[in-house]
Amino acid sequence: MYAFLEPKHEMVRKLVRQFAETELPKEVIDRIEETHEFPTDVFDKMAACGFFGMRVPKALGGQGADYRSYVIMAEELARVSVVANIWATTPNSLAGGPILNEGTDEQKAKYLKPVMDGKIKICFALTEPEAGSDPSAMTTTAVKDGDDYILNGRKCFITMAPLADYAIVFARTNPDPRAREISAFVVDMKLPGVSTGAPEKKMGCIGCATSDIVLNNVRVHKSNLLGAEGSGLKNALATLDVGRMACAAQAVGVAQAALEEAVKYSKERRQFGKPICKHQAIAFMIADMATKVESMRMMLYQAAWMKDMGSKDVAKYASMAKYYCCETVQDIVGKAVQIHGGYGYMKDYKVERLYRDARVMTIYEGTSQVQQMVISRAVLK
Amino acid sequence: MKIIVCAKQVPDTTEVRIDPVKGTLIRDGVPSILNPDDANALEAALCIKDAAPDTKVTIVSMGPPQAMEMIRECLAMGADDGVLLSDRAFGGADTIATSSQIAGAIRKLGEYDIIFAGRQAIDGDTAQVGPQIARRLGIPSVTYVQKIREIKEKSVVVERQMEDGYEVLEVQMPCLLTAVKELNTPRYMTVSGIMDAYNAQITVWNHNDLGMAPENCGLAASPTQVLRSFTPAPKGKGEMASGSVKDMAKTLVDRLSEKHLI
Repeated sequence: MYAFLEPKHEMVRKLVRQFAETELPKEVIDRIEETHEFPTDVFDKMAACGFFGMRVPKALGGQGADYRSYVIMAEELARVSVVANIWATTPNSLAGGPILNEGTDEQKAKYLKPVMDGKIKICFALTEPEAGSDPSAMTTTAVKDGDDYILNGRKCFITMAPLADYAIVFARTNPDPRAREISAFVVDMKLPGVSTGAPEKKMGCIGCATSDIVLNNVRVHKSNLLGAEGSGLKNALATLDVGRMACAAQAVGVAQAALEEAVKYSKERRQFGKPICKHQAIAFMIADMATKVESMRMMLYQAAWMKDMGSKDVAKYASMAKYYCCETVQDIVGKAVQIHGGYGYMKDYKVERLYRDARVMTIYEGTSQVQQMVISRAVLK
Repeated sequence: MKIIVCAKQVPDTTEVRIDPVKGTLIRDGVPSILNPDDANALEAALCIKDAAPDTKVTIVSMGPPQAMEMIRECLAMGADDGVLLSDRAFGGADTIATSSQIAGAIRKLGEYDIIFAGRQAIDGDTAQVGPQIARRLGIPSVTYVQKIREIKEKSVVVERQMEDGYEVLEVQMPCLLTAVKELNTPRYMTVSGIMDAYNAQITVWNHNDLGMAPENCGLAASPTQVLRSFTPAPKGKGEMASGSVKDMAKTLVDRLSEKHLI
């Protein structure tokens, strides 16, 4: 029972937990790790349950749920499979967010509805080799030419890029580098001049390919501009704002899974004549892990509740939750591997995957250092 | 078409432990779930609704107020509305009293074409309530339905599971069918279904609503009393014969002779 949750949120938890445990057993997860491919039937079933359009109003074909429902979905999917959660949260935030924020009714009908139904995939192309935490340094350009824009540039580390039907590409619409005039376009990946690099060889989160997107004189009709010219950066940051809580939720799910694995293993593994959980050194590590998981959860649920209540302070709290949860999960997966000893270093054990999957969380969707910037500015203002 | 689904909230027996001293179930901290066979019953009703969207599916359940959560779960899967029979007077009901209360609620609901129930509940395992409801309502029932072959204008063609095969039966509507797990795979709830389920009004009826005197309900109207429930001691591991049929027959005869059974 949690202070910030209502019975309906626990029902969402029940649904997602049942789904994840049924559809993503160990054999399926092992196959994803081996083949680097996510099963399309699980993807389709997630769409059917409504996981791809959580916060979108029912009038637009979404689920009409709130932020607390959304973070609980992310937590429970990540508890079983981080990559399943990436597939589920992307349509909600990185793919659907910019369209929901600034799209016209036509754009919403054309892109948002099919994304929520799992009919199309959209990736979010913001990052560039020289523009990560500082997206305003991007060099991709969009130059107006009659009714079209001509796009040129290179995006990197774009999750899902090789598999996507469309990309939301952020590009400069004013060539003056001092102008922060960045605009967002929905770009069909089949257009002439669009290509993707080879999938990156990642440490974790296997099962959702990441690659470069190269734009070489890509002609995009102006009807694919999202919002007004120059509103792209604001749209991107608003999207990432939502992503922060989902990312924190993912960290909570992984931490919970690591704790459960550590508890189970420490009861089974015997050394010095008793289960290792009976040794204080191990028991106290587990006490620390359990305490931290609960503190992560409370921070996350409070931030999501504030968002549901329309609080103005939510950006600070969402950043705090992202920063704290994603840093703390590193400690928890580390301890879980430690408790497993040599076995924890082997791929046969779940904690090995959790350790690799957790590592990116302090990096993507705003590094811990960017979160510290946001938090310190809010505190010191 | 109007369909009624009888559903029960039960303790998740996969998580129930037995008190080794008292021999009773330890129910503390055990989650409550929608009875598995009832989920198959609901799925059967929802499949009919998928094919004929003007179908209305109503859940009827009896239990303490917390059973409301289970009805909401049924709504989140796709049922249209629900009625909960909840009253202290209903407490301690055996199958006779339960079926009379549920039949009373179904009469009050009015016309219907099919009543679906699960074969049996995992906490009581009686498999009596479904057929008893049919008897009280004066309608035909088919138990152990493993497949619905066809829904005709005034009848349903179903397969009834037997130990070593099945019967094909055509039954007049209105009728009551009890579902086994082979009938289908229950669907998941949807998120939007959950959101709607928590905005829905669930009707609660007590003995007055059913027009039943308290002495005709619950424990007072239950002729069955459970004297003792226990878990039989597990049998020892048997011996498996292997090899050809001839070898196995010889092994069997040898063993039986050894024990002077033949």
